[in-house]
Amino acid sequence: MLDVTGLRAGYGPAEVLRGIDLTVRAGEIVAVLGANGAGKTTLNRAISGVIAVRGGTIRFDDEDIAGSRPAAIVSRGLIHVPEGRRIFPNMSVRENLVMGSYARARANRARNLDRVFATFPRLAERTRQAAGTLSGGEQQMLAIGRGLMAEPRLLILDEPSLGLSPLLVEEMFALIGRINAEGLSVMLVEQNVVQSLALAHRAYIIEQGEIVLSGAAEALAADPALQKAYLGL
Amino acid sequence: MLLSSDILIQAVANGLLTGAIYALIALGLTLIYGVLHIINFAHGALLTAALFAAFFADRVLGIDPWISVFALAPAFFALGYLLQRLVVWPASRGEDRAILLVTLGLAVIIENGLLFQFRSDTRTIDHPFGFDVVELGTMLLATTRVVAFFAAIGVAAALFVFLAMTDTGRAIRAVAKERLGAELSGVDVPHIYAVTFGLGTACLAVAACLLLPSYYVTPQVGNAFVLVAFTIVVLGGMGSVPGALAGGLFIGVVESISGLLYGETLGQLGIFLIFILVLLFRPQGLFGAKA
Ligand SMILES: Nc1ncnc2c1ncn2[C@@H]1O[C@H](COP(=O)(O)OP(=O)(O)OP(=O)(O)O)[C@@H](O)[C@H]1O
Ligand SMILES: [Mg+2]
Repeated sequence: MLDVTGLRAGYGPAEVLRGIDLTVRAGEIVAVLGANGAGKTTLNRAISGVIAVRGGTIRFDDEDIAGSRPAAIVSRGLIHVPEGRRIFPNMSVRENLVMGSYARARANRARNLDRVFATFPRLAERTRQAAGTLSGGEQQMLAIGRGLMAEPRLLILDEPSLGLSPLLVEEMFALIGRINAEGLSVMLVEQNVVQSLALAHRAYIIEQGEIVLSGAAEALAADPALQKAYLGL
Repeated sequence: MLLSSDILIQAVANGLLTGAIYALIALGLTLIYGVLHIINFAHGALLTAALFAAFFADRVLGIDPWISVFALAPAFFALGYLLQRLVVWPASRGEDRAILLVTLGLAVIIENGLLFQFRSDTRTIDHPFGFDVVELGTMLLATTRVVAFFAAIGVAAALFVFLAMTDTGRAIRAVAKERLGAELSGVDVPHIYAVTFGLGTACLAVAACLLLPSYYVTPQVGNAFVLVAFTIVVLGGMGSVPGALAGGLFIGVVESISGLLYGETLGQLGIFLIFILVLLFRPQGLFGAKA
């Protein structure tokens, strides 16, 4: 469903992504793991059209989307829930969710609102609260809920566990598992290696803008090189 | 000097009438500031252009400004949209500093174009209601200005509802505060910027059509208004729509009363005094929350 080959991107003179190859198939959870500054967010930004692609191809549903505008990519159903949540602080919870259906699934807005509220009861209790006053965990739920409002075909989550308490991280990962079980493909970008590998079907390890390891999540979790580098074993 | 309360009330009322037009002009400015985060230096020149358009619609085509407003508002929306989309955005490549310079350049071109074409003559129209007054208690208010007041308040309210309730309005507010989040929700940001610029410019066309029956046109006239409007924008909180409305009415009254106290020509003194005081003590504005 998503096919990235030889992707290069960066900022100004700095090249960050130096030829990324990566695939997400329908129904999968694919984890993209790497340390701070490895280029994970840059990869997400390039895929969703926020920054320019300098080389390589990005195919989504067998169509080349490299160089498309973000709005066009969203319209195809590739939804990116960004690092740092990027919710609209001046708007209510409900308005934030409504914004999620700005470019897609507008006709199903009411039904999808009900669905998101069923998934995140905590948001349902706060529909009129200004989003900027939500707790960090609630903001992350809102950001994911906003993404779900667009009826994504592929959901890219950039560090959804960042800044959450261990308990809430558990909850968040369980939730990602549930929405995937309902048929949604997920690209999970994380630093949380153990829990991500436990949840994902396959995974890629990214280091300094390159994929250095990839494979089935279980196999990677048992890989000595990975255990040494990321799990300190 | 002794002031009777009748005179004072009359001055307040007149100030509110003028203030509503100020508010409309400030609304366009604050909207563009709030979303694009730039001061649109072409605002005054575009107001002048709108006044000329309304003037010629009246004098050449015989269309009353209260009628031509229904054509000029959409026309100026389109003008603003296209200016942003085809001139300001491409010329500045999205860099704030460059946008400022581009709007300044636009102002110079528009103003001098008008000056070249029409000289600095002062022009007025004869409006059929030009000499009518409305009696309200002891007050006598010019009909054209009463109509302008209600129309301006109505447009401000409509704009507020549009921003609050429609998808495009929400997208405008979303882009204003969280551009990346909006982009990733599928908002076409350059389009929303242009819509905002268009709305701000359309406000000017409405203001021009409401002003014309009781005011005059020269190629520089817009600047005087926009200077006041800028004060209102700062006063109301940069980017705040309700702030612009409240600030506009307030400044109208301040101008009217200080005109009463110190004479017409010094009426604007009070405005700038308040402006300086606000900048010194409440730079976030008198009314609005922080921008
Ligand atoms: N807007 C930017 N301008 C210039 N350089 C940037 C920009 N954003 C990121 N970088 C640089 O690109 C490199 C990769 O950053 P990126 O944000 O993609 O890393 P990441 O893997 O998401 O890290 P983290 O886990 O900390 O979020 C870093 O060296 C970073 O400094
Ligand atoms: Mg990152």
